[in-house]
Amino acid sequence: MKKFETFTGIAAPMPLVNIDTDMIIPKQFLKTIKRSGLGVHAFDEMRYDRQGNENPDFVLNQPKYRETSILVAGDNFGCGSSREHAPWALADFGIKVVISTSFADIFFNNCFKNGMLPIVLPQEQVDLLMSDSEKGENARVTVDLDAQEITTSDGEVIKFDVDPFRKHCLQNGLDDIGLTLEKADAIKAFEDKAAQARPWV
Amino acid sequence: MSPKTLYDKIWDAHLAHEAEDGTCLLYIDRHLVHEVTSPQAFEGLRMAGRKVHSPEKTIAVPDHNVPTTAGRDNPDQMPEDSRIQVAALDTNAREFGVHYYPVSDVRQGIVHIVGPEQGWTLPGMTVVCGDSHTATHGAFGSLAHGIGTSEVEHVLATQTLIQKKSKNMKVEITGKLRPGVTAKDIVLTIIGETGTGGGTGYVIEYCGDAIRELSMEGRMTICNMAIEGGARAGLIAPDETTFDYVKGRPHAPKGAQWEAALTWWKTLYSDDDAHWDKVVTIRAEDIAPTVTWGTSPEDALPITATVPSPEDFEGGKVEAVRRSLDYMGLTPGMKLTDIEIDTVFIGSCTNGRIEDLRAAADIVKGKKIKDGMRAMVVPGSGLVRAQAEEEGLADIFKEAGFEWRLAGCSMCLAMNPDQLSEGERCASTSNRNFEGRQGYKGRTHLVSPAMAAAAAVTGKLTDVREL
Ligand code: SF4
Repeated sequence: MKKFETFTGIAAPMPLVNIDTDMIIPKQFLKTIKRSGLGVHAFDEMRYDRQGNENPDFVLNQPKYRETSILVAGDNFGCGSSREHAPWALADFGIKVVISTSFADIFFNNCFKNGMLPIVLPQEQVDLLMSDSEKGENARVTVDLDAQEITTSDGEVIKFDVDPFRKHCLQNGLDDIGLTLEKADAIKAFEDKAAQARPWV
Repeated sequence: MSPKTLYDKIWDAHLAHEAEDGTCLLYIDRHLVHEVTSPQAFEGLRMAGRKVHSPEKTIAVPDHNVPTTAGRDNPDQMPEDSRIQVAALDTNAREFGVHYYPVSDVRQGIVHIVGPEQGWTLPGMTVVCGDSHTATHGAFGSLAHGIGTSEVEHVLATQTLIQKKSKNMKVEITGKLRPGVTAKDIVLTIIGETGTGGGTGYVIEYCGDAIRELSMEGRMTICNMAIEGGARAGLIAPDETTFDYVKGRPHAPKGAQWEAALTWWKTLYSDDDAHWDKVVTIRAEDIAPTVTWGTSPEDALPITATVPSPEDFEGGKVEAVRRSLDYMGLTPGMKLTDIEIDTVFIGSCTNGRIEDLRAAADIVKGKKIKDGMRAMVVPGSGLVRAQAEEEGLADIFKEAGFEWRLAGCSMCLAMNPDQLSEGERCASTSNRNFEGRQGYKGRTHLVSPAMAAAAAVTGKLTDVREL
């Protein structure tokens, strides 16, 4: 997993509540053999018409939001099925942070496994970020995971909470595999010992 | 030192790290890979810029999707999504440099048949694969079990698995099998007795005289279905039968290494006073040729029995039996030998090896399959197929009216075009009789190869001892 580093990016407003994983990635895209490449299908039914043409009203289709890396969303984002394809699609689109008052549990966990940071904030602060994000590409927002701070385009600073262990994993780019690789020395030591004991393996 | 089970010994020999909360990193000696559960795992490696930790311990082979009909090298034979999965395995295997048996290779076959055949599976090893029937390899006294796609990626990247230890269960089959009774009948009887949840949380070791008497192939049939009994893995302690089977295989140790290996392998047994969390004992004499009548592998009965009634059961099983009798189109009280069959499938990682084909050929030799019967033999690997042709078994099957196919999983799970149609009823040597497993609304009766062959000839479930 890529390390999560402080960045400044464009935030897009998605005030709709209960954006579910079916909306994020419809079921016809689950037959894939890949985790990558799902970005073009993110929000498929809102983003395209039946013929596959872009819907110009959809926020991420607007020129000023094409480079979005932060979603500011309505309550209960990511509800529905457990499909990991949802965070895969968002990550592939380029989303690094999703901000809402609440998230569905499984989606919330899946985000961390895929290097994304979901941030829960009280309603007023989400509202503030929502209006800031409406300024489009002129409103660059900075997310500093180390300091646990979001800085709006007006220079206002908002503090957020994150589980210390998950923070550690994100900052060091660690997933389960990453964590196991932290024990690489133990694995190597085991391999050396095993090579002596059972050289035929 | 405190006494240990075989499972304890293999576990201890592979424990690479133990955390304070008891979570362990188990080192993996062999990782088998097929096309269905691996694409996202390889993709994960690629995205993270990781390599396969031990490509020399990783073996890939396509089996689930592949057609079993002639001319299958032509990719147009496969539906789009199957073709893409097989092509992805091809690319991944070559790019990451793992051992690989493509469809065009005579050694290609079902992953759990190829591993032992090529000598990849050896006693005392840890073996994993993104497939639940990895339990098969336990027949060699190796700790073998299925894993999910994220774990496939974890093993590819680290050669370890995050695990917690299971409990120890012993299943002893005492005495001697009666004529006409095979390994498949033993394992169906065990599952009939313990239920599909009986092994949950355990690693089962199968032992006793009747197990010792089995060939390696019979032992693989037993361990293959450990998963149907709910166990994490099944094990059989290695002995001379095991060593004889392994010796000389392409990837088995040679020379001084063979001697060293043998010395260790001979220590791989459960100590006399080892602790068992659960013990089940069955007398071999009590086992008859066995068939399943329902839609769970635990719905197993001797061929001499009658279809049970929901009232014979208790609790949630009453409703389950009602539902499965309805699905299977069977009436309580009817004799199992009166059930008419229209399809016979001989193959799968449970019963797709040469001895299985010999047993079936023995029954059909000089006979014809029943009119209107669709019967197919799908060898478990290209090498099994070649050997069966050399021994004249293929001719026996063809003359009797069987289709003689190329190697793959085929109608075991019907992911390729080999499927049952709605209402078709199959005597199958595979391992799962779930609703829809062999095709939408298809009906499956699990049997041994000899019993499948007998059904092909008579058109009914048949007691092979009376043929
Ligand atoms: S033969 Fe059947 S059980 Fe065995 S690996 Fe293939 S699909 Fe799974």
